[in-house]
Amino acid sequence: MKKTNSMVKGLIVQGLFFIVILLTVGFAVHNVSIQLAARGISSGFDFLKNQAGFGISFHLIPYAETSSLGRVFLVGAVNTLFISVISIVLASIIGLLIALARLSSLPVLKAIGFAYVETLRNVPLLLQFFVWYFAVLRQLPMPLESWHFGKYVFLNIRGLYIPFPQDLSAVWIVIAALLVGLIVGHFLRSKARTIRMENGHFPRWHLVPFVVPLLVPFVALVYLRSRVQFETPFLEGFNYSGGAQVIPELIAAIAALSLYTAAFIAEIIRGAIQAVSGHQREAALALGMRPRQVLARIVFPQALGHIIPPLTSQYLNLIKNSSLAAAIAFPELVLLFAGTSLNVSGQAVEIMAMTLGFYLVVSLSVSALINLYQARALRYERA
Amino acid sequence: MSELRVLKRVKKIDRAAWFGQTTLQKVINGVLILLLLACLVPVFKWAVIDAQIRGSERCVTEGACWVFIKVRLLTFAFGFYETHELWRPVFVLSMWTLALVTIFRASYNFTLKILPFFITLLPLLSWGLLDGRWFGLPYIETAKWGGLLLSLMITLVSLSMAFPLGLLLALGRMSRLPLIKAGSVAFIELWRGVPLIAVLFMSSVMLPLVLPPGTEVDKLIRVFVGVSLFTSAYLAEVIRSGLNGVPKGQGEAASALGLGARQRLFLVVLPQALQAVIPSLVNSCISLFKDTSLVVVVGMFDLLGTVQQANTDPYWLGYSTEGYMFAGLIYWGVCFALSRFSLQLEKVRNV
Repeated sequence: MKKTNSMVKGLIVQGLFFIVILLTVGFAVHNVSIQLAARGISSGFDFLKNQAGFGISFHLIPYAETSSLGRVFLVGAVNTLFISVISIVLASIIGLLIALARLSSLPVLKAIGFAYVETLRNVPLLLQFFVWYFAVLRQLPMPLESWHFGKYVFLNIRGLYIPFPQDLSAVWIVIAALLVGLIVGHFLRSKARTIRMENGHFPRWHLVPFVVPLLVPFVALVYLRSRVQFETPFLEGFNYSGGAQVIPELIAAIAALSLYTAAFIAEIIRGAIQAVSGHQREAALALGMRPRQVLARIVFPQALGHIIPPLTSQYLNLIKNSSLAAAIAFPELVLLFAGTSLNVSGQAVEIMAMTLGFYLVVSLSVSALINLYQARALRYERA
Repeated sequence: MSELRVLKRVKKIDRAAWFGQTTLQKVINGVLILLLLACLVPVFKWAVIDAQIRGSERCVTEGACWVFIKVRLLTFAFGFYETHELWRPVFVLSMWTLALVTIFRASYNFTLKILPFFITLLPLLSWGLLDGRWFGLPYIETAKWGGLLLSLMITLVSLSMAFPLGLLLALGRMSRLPLIKAGSVAFIELWRGVPLIAVLFMSSVMLPLVLPPGTEVDKLIRVFVGVSLFTSAYLAEVIRSGLNGVPKGQGEAASALGLGARQRLFLVVLPQALQAVIPSLVNSCISLFKDTSLVVVVGMFDLLGTVQQANTDPYWLGYSTEGYMFAGLIYWGVCFALSRFSLQLEKVRNV
């Protein structure tokens, strides 16, 4: 009797909840349709075919003012992913270094690590964007007094000028060759390991897996040598041309994002390494392992289990935080689409849905990927 | 032996280890100290020795020009709030301080009783006082609120709105009713998956659209709504982790003693859950306070916004470093103090 009672209660509560949600959504949709009709905006995604009519200072895929708004979305999405991926790699490396500094036995290194983490973590990221963009990069010299790094790299107030390959398709082929080499090498290496498990020693070709990833792209490079040529920047009038220009917005965004996130990553790595029990270390040392081996084979694999979940959320935060680059006018998704395109077309609902949808899809797929990886990495952990 | 004494002994051993380092390590250490000094001395020289703070004109020195900060201090603190009405923001902020001290000092039961009043009355009272119309005071529109006042108001008001919502979402996510659970999960994951800037854009563009035509929503209210919804999702996850950590036996024991569902939740489970996650809650407050700087993007002048605006003043061009340093110092001070506070709470709990 009691049980049916609580079941009925549950059904009533859920029914009410459902009705309230339905009414709220219905009310909102009703109002939106009235307001949009009043402004003469028809809903639907046809506006994506309209011509954009504005320029974009940085795009990795072909774009012109005559391109469509759908193209603008793609440019923004690619730019967002581009700065996110670069910043994630840099932040991981810097974070690891800072973590090691904080764990070091040298007091000065420890102090530097501590100061780094506590300073960058406690200052808003937007402020750091502004500092990099408005305070640091504005101090750079004018084009005529550019800083030279070697013969072909120049830095001035308009950005960083670097050599750039003339024929991109050849470069892609070399990169593809590298990937193929890595995959084949990985496959051969695991094969060699199985042989070692069976016979007790590595096969004679046990070094081949390490050579393949170098050899394949090298062969590709030699084969395509006539097509892989770099165009170098040169001074023309009052500025540089040729090569590729890395705009200051991009430099500032990557610097701010990676340095800020590195502070959080450092804390995660440090915490995880400290969480590995000291007995593990002692046992490994007692077995005669060298300190480096202890770190690489005992401490780090165990720490990995504590690192990956919070690290994932830091990566996701970084991707979301990359939208702050909008504040320094780096053309990423929020600025291009939720900002400029919305002003141009007025299609608020569709544009917001697409923008939020992009971040949701990226977030969900990154966490799915990392979960997959973690399931593999945790095979070795004791329950 | 008490924990403190063990800690002290460990520290002593550490110190001995440092003096007993190998020569190489000592050399590396020395070189690092020299390098660090080489970096810090010029900064110190610029910020302190060569700096100028007297007067109210542009500086002539090589060093930092703190005059720029001095003449703008009131703007950085309160934005463009009328100068002769400044007692209002000061009063509002002291009210909040008092409330926060009470919440952290009082017993759980007392806090539980007064919290609902605080989180409903204080935001309304603050709004009324700052705006002025409800109390017959001179009207000051929200566009004039700014500086640190605005940053703090967004943090505190959004927190007051987000906390109850977050609690409901956390309970909803743990509910056994499938529809409520699914709704809460969807809501939480949606907000956690998108960046705050996009949320702010959305609340400033979409909120007027979803309301009946002709409804005027103040820009600041739109920000409050966006930030609160965003924060509530994060708070919900924090509270949920606390609820998960409470042993099942606690609830069962409460049932066995004849407590009803509501008593079980508010008197037994929730106190333990919240107590356990206070440090994480403080951390959420820190992120929220830092994130309020994003309102610059929708054209509001919080602490960072006023600094950014001051930097573009033609008379004071070229002092952006001083401006950013000042803003950074304020943000850093508040966040660092809060994070130390949360560490302290954690220590108290662990003993």
